[in-house]
This record gives sequence, C-alpha cells and structure tokens, in this order.
Amino acid sequence: MIDANSGLVPGAKLVIHRETLQQLLDALVSRGYRVIAPAMRSGAIAYDTVTRLEELPIGWTDRQEAGTYHLERRDDDAVFGYAVGPHSWKQFLHPSVEKLWHARREGNGFAVSACEPALEPLAFIGVRACELHAIAIQDRVFVEGPYLDRHYQLRREQAFIVAVNCSKAGGTCFCASMETGPEVRAGFDLALTELLDDGSHSFLLEVGSTIGADVAASLPQRAATVVEIEAAARVVARTRNAMGRALDTAGLKEALQNNPEHPRWDEVAARCLACANCTMVCPTCFCSTIDDTTDLTGIMAERVRRWDSCFTLDFSYIHGGNVRQSTRARYRQWMTHKLANWFDQFGSSGCVGCGRCITWCPVGIDITEVASRIRDTPIAARSNGDDGRS
Amino acid sequence: MTAGLERIVLEHPFFADLGTAFAEAISGCARNLRVAAGEYVVREGEPSDEFYLVRHGAVALELHAPGRQLIIVATLREGEVLDGSWLVPPYRWAFDARALELTRLLGVNAKCLRDKCEADHDLGYELMKRFVGAIGERLHAARLQALDIYGNSPA
Amino acid sequence: MTFAYSTPPTVRTGDCLLPQPFPITRTRREAPGVVTIELAPPAAFAFAAGQFNMLYAFGLGEVAISLSGDPGNVTRIVHTVRAVGPVSAALTRLRSGMTIGVRGPYGSAWPVTESEGGDIVIVAGGLGLAPLRPAIYAVLARRERYGRVVVLYGARSPADMLHRRELEMWRRRLDVDVTVTVDHAAADWRGNVGVVPALIPRIPVDPEHAVALVCGPEIMMRFTIDALRQRGLRTDRIYLSMERNMKCAVGLCGHCQFGPAFVCRDGPVFRFDRVAPSFNIREI
Repeated sequence: MIDANSGLVPGAKLVIHRETLQQLLDALVSRGYRVIAPAMRSGAIAYDTVTRLEELPIGWTDRQEAGTYHLERRDDDAVFGYAVGPHSWKQFLHPSVEKLWHARREGNGFAVSACEPALEPLAFIGVRACELHAIAIQDRVFVEGPYLDRHYQLRREQAFIVAVNCSKAGGTCFCASMETGPEVRAGFDLALTELLDDGSHSFLLEVGSTIGADVAASLPQRAATVVEIEAAARVVARTRNAMGRALDTAGLKEALQNNPEHPRWDEVAARCLACANCTMVCPTCFCSTIDDTTDLTGIMAERVRRWDSCFTLDFSYIHGGNVRQSTRARYRQWMTHKLANWFDQFGSSGCVGCGRCITWCPVGIDITEVASRIRDTPIAARSNGDDGRS
Repeated sequence: MTAGLERIVLEHPFFADLGTAFAEAISGCARNLRVAAGEYVVREGEPSDEFYLVRHGAVALELHAPGRQLIIVATLREGEVLDGSWLVPPYRWAFDARALELTRLLGVNAKCLRDKCEADHDLGYELMKRFVGAIGERLHAARLQALDIYGNSPA
Repeated sequence: MTFAYSTPPTVRTGDCLLPQPFPITRTRREAPGVVTIELAPPAAFAFAAGQFNMLYAFGLGEVAISLSGDPGNVTRIVHTVRAVGPVSAALTRLRSGMTIGVRGPYGSAWPVTESEGGDIVIVAGGLGLAPLRPAIYAVLARRERYGRVVVLYGARSPADMLHRRELEMWRRRLDVDVTVTVDHAAADWRGNVGVVPALIPRIPVDPEHAVALVCGPEIMMRFTIDALRQRGLRTDRIYLSMERNMKCAVGLCGHCQFGPAFVCRDGPVFRFDRVAPSFNIREI
C-alpha cells in the first residue's frame, strides 16, 4: 500500500473505486477549483460546473453521425460512456467574450486600463485525448508565438486536468487517423480509464504531474495490478478499432494547398450554409474579433474580444468589399487552414479528429470525405502556356 | 535620304528584329518630321493616312466632351507607335494627339504601306504582329485606367 | 515555411492589445479624403520602414495604418490616412491637440539594408506611396550604398498625388530617377498618362542586381510584378506590401490570413516568391 506521503510520482498507475470519484471532486473543490465536467444540458452532453458525481451523464451514451446527435440510455452505469459533445474546453480557456480594457476620456486625451481575468482556477473532468491535443494546439497559438495572450496563459497555468481514456468511439470520431488518440499520453494531471465488468466498477488512475500526484495521494487508492493495466489497455484498443471515421492524411496538405480550384469546393459550397457551427464546436478554432464600444456619454469606452468565424461574410472585409465573398471561398479557407496551412503556421495539423464539425453540421458535410476526395482526385497541374506543341 | 530613313526604321524599338529587306520597304513610305510643343499631330475624326513612331519627345492622346475639360488618356514616348487605325477601315483617328514638348517623329504613309503589305503578305504579317502587341498592351492599360484602382470606390 | 527575413518582433506580454494615447501635433490634407497626421510619441518610437501601427479612434475602433515617416526620426510618428470607413473617416477629422490611440509597430520591414550593393526600384501606386516613403528616406540616407535608385509612382490624377513636395525634391536630386504617371489628367499636365506597369520596360536598372519594392492596390501590384519579371528581375528580389482585414495585429485573431501567412506578423512586407502561390488565387 502506498501511503499519502510516500511521494506518488508522475507515471504512477493506481486504481480507485467508482465511489472515490466523488472524493476526487471534493478534493478539487476544497483546493479552490471550480470543477467542470460533462453534464446533460438540452439533450446533449455539455461541459458545466458540477459538485456531485450524480450530475454527470451516468449510464448515458450518444449516437453521432453527420448532422445527427442524440442521447440514449446504456444498459450499464458507465460514468464516461459517451464521446464528445458540442462543447469543448476552449470556452473556458479562451472564453467567447472577454473584456480587454476600458478607457476614459480625459481632457484632450484618454487613459486606458487593462482588465484582469477573473482568478478562478478551473478543474476539467473528462478531457479526452483529442481534447488534450486541441488544448496543446491552442497553447501553441496563444502562448508559444511571438505575441502572448496573457489571460489565456493565466487560465491555462491554473487549470487542473483530469483526462479520460475513451471507452467508446463516436460515430464521427477519427482521432486514430490524426494520431491524437484514443489513448491519453501527455498533458494531464490525472487520467482515468473506466474499468467496468460484471460486478466491479473501478478506474485506473494515472498520475501525470506533481500536482496530480498531490491530489491522488489524498484519495483512497492502491497501485494497479498488471491485470488491471492490461484491462485498461484493452479498453483503449477496443476504442481505437471502433472509430466512426478515418482520414488518410498522406499528401493531404499539399493536395489542399495546390488545388484551390478543385470542383469539390463548388459542390461543398452548394450545401454549406456558412452557419459557422463547425467553427463554434471545433476545439482548435481560435478566430476572434474586436468590439470597440462607448457609452452614451461618449466618455467611457471599452474593448471586448469575442469569438468570430471565418465563415462570416465580412470576416475578410477590406476597402468596401469582402475578399472571400463566396461561401465556396470561405469553406475552402476553413478547411485549408485546418488541414494544411496550420502546419506552416504552427507545425502540426489543426484537426484532432474529434468529429464535432461533422456531427454538428446541419447539412452533414463531412471533412474527412471532402478532404479525401480532393486529395484522391487532384487537378492536373496547368501548363504555363508554352507547352511546345508543334 | 532613304538610307538614313532605313537606319532610323531599323533602330526604332518598335521595329526591332525586322530585317533590312522589310526596313527598306517601310522606309520607302517614310519621312521624318518635327512637331513643336503644343502642336497637334493628329485630330480626332481626320483620316489616318499616316502613322507615326515617336523617336524623341512625348505626345499626349486627348479626348474632349462638351462641358468637360480636355482629358489626357495616354502619353506616348520614345519607342511607341501612334497608332493602329491606319490598318483597317475606316482609317480615322479616334483622338487628338498633341506634342507635349519638341518631338521628332517618323511618319509612314498609310496607303503606301498598305499597298506594299497587300503585295507582300510576309511584310504584312510582321507589321501585324507588332501592331497587335502594341494595341493589346494599350487595351490592357486602358482597362486598368478605367477601373480607377486608386479611387475610393470599391473596385 | 518561414516568412521572416528581417528581425522578428519583440515578445510582448499581455498588453499587446492596449493602445497608448499619442497627441496630434500636425495634420495636412493631401488630397480629397486623405490626411497626413503627425503624432508626438511620449517616448522614442523606433520602427522599421514597412511596419504599421493600429490607430484607435476613441470609442469607435481601430485601423491598421502604415508608418509613413522617416525611420531615422524616433520623436515623430507620421501616418497618411484615407477615409474609407467610419474609423478612418473619424481619424481624418481629428485636429492638432487631439489624441489618437496607438499600438505598434507591427509587421515585417522593407529589406532596405539587404538591398545595398545593387539597384533599387521603388514602385508605388496611389496610397501605396505612404508605406514606401520610409524606405525611400532610409535609402537616401545611405545613398552611396546603392546603385541606381528609381522611384515610380502612379496616381489617379495629378490632384490625387501624395507627398508632391517630396516627390519634387527627390526628382531634383541628380542621383534619383523619379517618374510619375496618372490614370488621366487635364490638358495642362505635362507628365505621363498611363499605367505604372507600362513604365517598367524603360527603367534604367540592371535586372540581375536589382531589388524592387512594390506597394499599391493589389491589381496594380500584380501587373507591376509581371512587368518586373518580364524585365528580368528575380522573384526573390521583388518585395510587396499586402493588406488584409486586421483586428488584433498580433497573429491571434485570424482575420488577416493570406494563404498560410498572417499579414500582420509574416507581412505586411513579403518577398514575392514566398507568396507567389497564393497571389493569383481568387478570393484567398
């Protein structure tokens, strides 16, 4: 038995009973975290503040397909027996509305004062492998570039992450293709794998950081046996083999960047409503806009940043017109950015294979299918005019 | 005299790579002329019975309309040709052309050269290639100018 | 793929979206709807030719405007603004003594130092002269380090030309070749009427050792670059300044993307061969 002060280290694999989950929530609350976990909201599994384990969608699962999402009862009481819903963790780390500063007129000039983010550490329960990658991707955007988003950095540093290895692949999931899951590998403080057999309901608990070790040490736990570790590995393997979708990414970046006039873009555009759902649910989309406003007196002004989408018509507005006027151009921008340009900008794909954009598209556009079609049928390179025919 | 004109034809950028035989044919229809600053070379509507190559100086192409100032729509400088209306009927100038400074031109008699082109199609083809190129560039420039790309209104 | 060829910007922490109030010391009307504004920065304001600031009109919003003054003078900031929307129009209505919010400088720079040792061709169209003016100052400040210096400027009409006094001053120098052209003019105009690309075949430079800096409406840059390439300049010696919708100016809001490039951070000055694939794609 490992006692509470024995120094659990990152990498330690433990086992806890299902009931201990409540104690985990309590431990986090007592350390000052606001705990956010999956919860049923309006017929979907969203992320919201919880204090009781019962608030999670225990015994529920989701059925996802292109343009389709509904919940069903499971025949067991799995705590995490579902895939991801419309929410992602970006709404907490990079909130959809954020006040940046306010200003006040003074004489002929004005004075500006920055707004500080609320100092409320968050604990995320149930972060999937794809979501860990998405958070790392947004870290690269907001914290690892030449300009730093300080508010994001603060929230990120304070966040406590309890990851979960998926025991069920979603109908639109393709993390295996994107090499972002289903196994949780890094970027967590604690990671859970649900072990649910006839009769027993426990969790493999893996320690991912010293602060995670600290919290784990305060819970009743014991070292995992080899059998339990193998059982957890089987859960992950089973999920990996049950992916709802796949995307072969070989040659995809070049194909998308080199085929801006592919007819597939027109076909997609004929269906796309430019509703921006995909960008809202995508865990890596980070575009925002700035709203500068003033009050009725004209003395006080403020600047707010809020989420924006490249699908909106005036996203690319300059000089009296929109650069990307057609839906076709906007869809092409989103997909090419996500699957191709992102590599040039941030050194990785922008897509983590979570499938949300497929599920939540009202017309069921499937990014894996559009991308594959373009990559598999590239337009032949055009000659530059002197093809030397005699 | 003709030998001098032949040299001028051969050296003019518009006739680059023409060859002595064709240069001789053209110079047989050609003459030198000088236009003082402010003098009009041609007038809109007049028969284009001569076309001009700018050897030195500058010529402004102008259009006028009632109630509007005279508008300069293009300036031609050394190496450029004024213009292609001699090639096809109705052989009329579509603008005024005024010298902006003392300008030396090579004038080529249109009827003389048209007759020679009818007799020698190879000569005609060489000339056609050059004129179509110049007119194409002029058209492209005119389109850009018409777009008013530096203006305030959206393009 | 990297875009930066000049020194990368300093890392800024957190306050990169906070404008600082700068007083206006002078305004001058250049042309209908176009005003040049001079500001007094509270501290020395160093920038490189080609960079831009975000200018904030209190309570209204911000626009990205290129710095247009002499980079050798850190006590004065100059911007030329054209009224094209509510924010820019508000900026053009401000007067001496009033305040503008400033944050910057942002973006990449014209390769002024990198071009030493050869000929340099500076081609401006319309308002594009404003972002190029700092480069002209920088080049003329070390004139002996360059071969031929050629400045080409295209404007709508003689009345719409910017910085006329300076153009005349530069033209009067014996070591700078200045040619201006307009789209149309009244009969009293003695200069060129025609498009900028048509001037390129005649420029007195050695294409093998020439660098070109181009700025103006995108359509003008496209055909000017075509003409420069036909003249024999290499695509890795042609630089242009792009423009796109900007909100944050620091590569975090996503609006200014041009293919994989963020115009605010990888640009606005780009080496042409690095953006050539995107340049001819419609609606990118």
